[in-house]
Amino acid sequence: MGKIRTPYLLLLPGFGFLFVFFILPILNLAQTSTQTAVGGGDTGQYEQTFRFQNYIDAFVENKEQFGRSFVYALIATLLALAISYPLAYAIAFKSGKYKNFFLVLVVAPFFTSFLLRTVAWKQILGEEGFVVPTLRNIGIISDSTTLTSTAFAVVMGMTYNFLPFMTLPLFASIDRIDPRTLEASGDLYANGFTTFRKVTLPLSMPGVVAGTLLTFIPAAGDYVNAAILGSPNTKMIGNVIESRYFKIVDYPTAAALSFTLMAAILILVTIYIRKAGTEELV
Amino acid sequence: MSKKIADATIPIIPLTARFQRWFGRNLIRVYMVLAFTYLFIPVAYTFAFSFNDSGKSNLIWKGFTLDNWKNPCGAPEVCNALANSIKIGLLATIFSTILGTMIAFAIGRHKFKGRSTSNLLIFLPMATPEIVLGASLLSLFLVFKINPGFWPTVIAHVMFCISFVVVTVKARIASLDPRLEQAAMDLYANEFQTFRRVTLPLVAPGIAGAALLAFSLSFDDFIITNFNSGTVITFPKFVYTAAARGIPAQANVIGSGMFFLALAIVIAGQFVNRRKAR
Repeated sequence: MGKIRTPYLLLLPGFGFLFVFFILPILNLAQTSTQTAVGGGDTGQYEQTFRFQNYIDAFVENKEQFGRSFVYALIATLLALAISYPLAYAIAFKSGKYKNFFLVLVVAPFFTSFLLRTVAWKQILGEEGFVVPTLRNIGIISDSTTLTSTAFAVVMGMTYNFLPFMTLPLFASIDRIDPRTLEASGDLYANGFTTFRKVTLPLSMPGVVAGTLLTFIPAAGDYVNAAILGSPNTKMIGNVIESRYFKIVDYPTAAALSFTLMAAILILVTIYIRKAGTEELV
Repeated sequence: MSKKIADATIPIIPLTARFQRWFGRNLIRVYMVLAFTYLFIPVAYTFAFSFNDSGKSNLIWKGFTLDNWKNPCGAPEVCNALANSIKIGLLATIFSTILGTMIAFAIGRHKFKGRSTSNLLIFLPMATPEIVLGASLLSLFLVFKINPGFWPTVIAHVMFCISFVVVTVKARIASLDPRLEQAAMDLYANEFQTFRRVTLPLVAPGIAGAALLAFSLSFDDFIITNFNSGTVITFPKFVYTAAARGIPAQANVIGSGMFFLALAIVIAGQFVNRRKAR
């Protein structure tokens, strides 16, 4: 009798907590998103009117920032994948007894506050940093070109900040590959490229899926990189939600935007997982 | 051995071909050096500028000094922010580790109705962008007329840390050999004794890892904190607001200090693991 109850008793406190502070807020957010201002004025008071038009208004007004969020996040995810895959591969197969050491090295930069590192990039890429004058001297960029306050800087910052979320799951799944399967492929006259395409890549797919999700989701909702490294022209949807909450105090629009962002990400993630065909994520 | 071969082949192969061969053989090493350089550039920059004799705004190199390291609280707001971050981090770690470990045991050790729903409920907070978590929680607090501040921030951190604790501890439980517990039972240990003397010690490294992860997630969190902390300044929040007018070098000292501290903990952990394995 007690045996049947045990798991539920173990779950109760944690799930109770998550229900109150995760599920309820999301439901409340949905409820806020269809409210309108009392009397239609700037009173800061809102009442429930089930105005679903809020969603359309919010989206139309901010479709540029929405588009930007998803494009930036996608580019950052692809860049992170391109950088991380060879790195994870090298750590898993080529680092011998130093495997753990290199893994620590991957995580180590992230022990320094991520805001400090982002500000450091701003200063490195800024006018007083050493990158811009060097590039100007070589003549790669013109005197009027800057690196900060550009889409380039924002995407680069996002790529950098979410890199371990890509590298670690990739490493975990590449490390599980039995090297003998690669040897077998070579024995069957596959060249390096064919072996990679037909053996290594398919076997590492769970890592690719987990890594891209863990990178894309936070990147799409991020606003810190855009705020520190970007300009008003690189504003993402996160910046809009933040300013709707704190500067304009327009809760319904902020809620509608948050909800749209969450729904868009959940839909994309579901399609992606279906396509990639892996279930072992959690 | 490889040196001998290389020496023997030197006279025959022209220079460019030799370079190509070296490059081909060491491509992956070259790549690793480049990748790690990229990863460590901002850390090195932060560390270097912690020695800058900069005054208020730490933008341009003005000369070497140890003053910032001797007196990290020279900019008092930095230390205040740090103290808040540590307090919030410790509380969030304690609560999320307890709640998360219990869930991990329930899911990892029991078959019950609603197990896949439980897995989904753990996955959802990780699949929700931070800004949505932060904003929705703030809306809830506002509805119940709770002012954002210290405790709302702790609650917010516990909420997003739980899932990560569950995943980490669950992985450890899944890797346990069930025969060890069966052996304990065979030796007449009751359920509680088995748990306390066998299961818990075996899962402990996973719990410790989860606690460290929770602390570092909480300590480094900005977005959710920004929504729920009101006037309480945490370390990341301080850096964010100070970024516009220049961050005092003391913040770099704290950042670098955290880096070396965390590195020391990880290395010590590896050392302990290795000695235990022996």
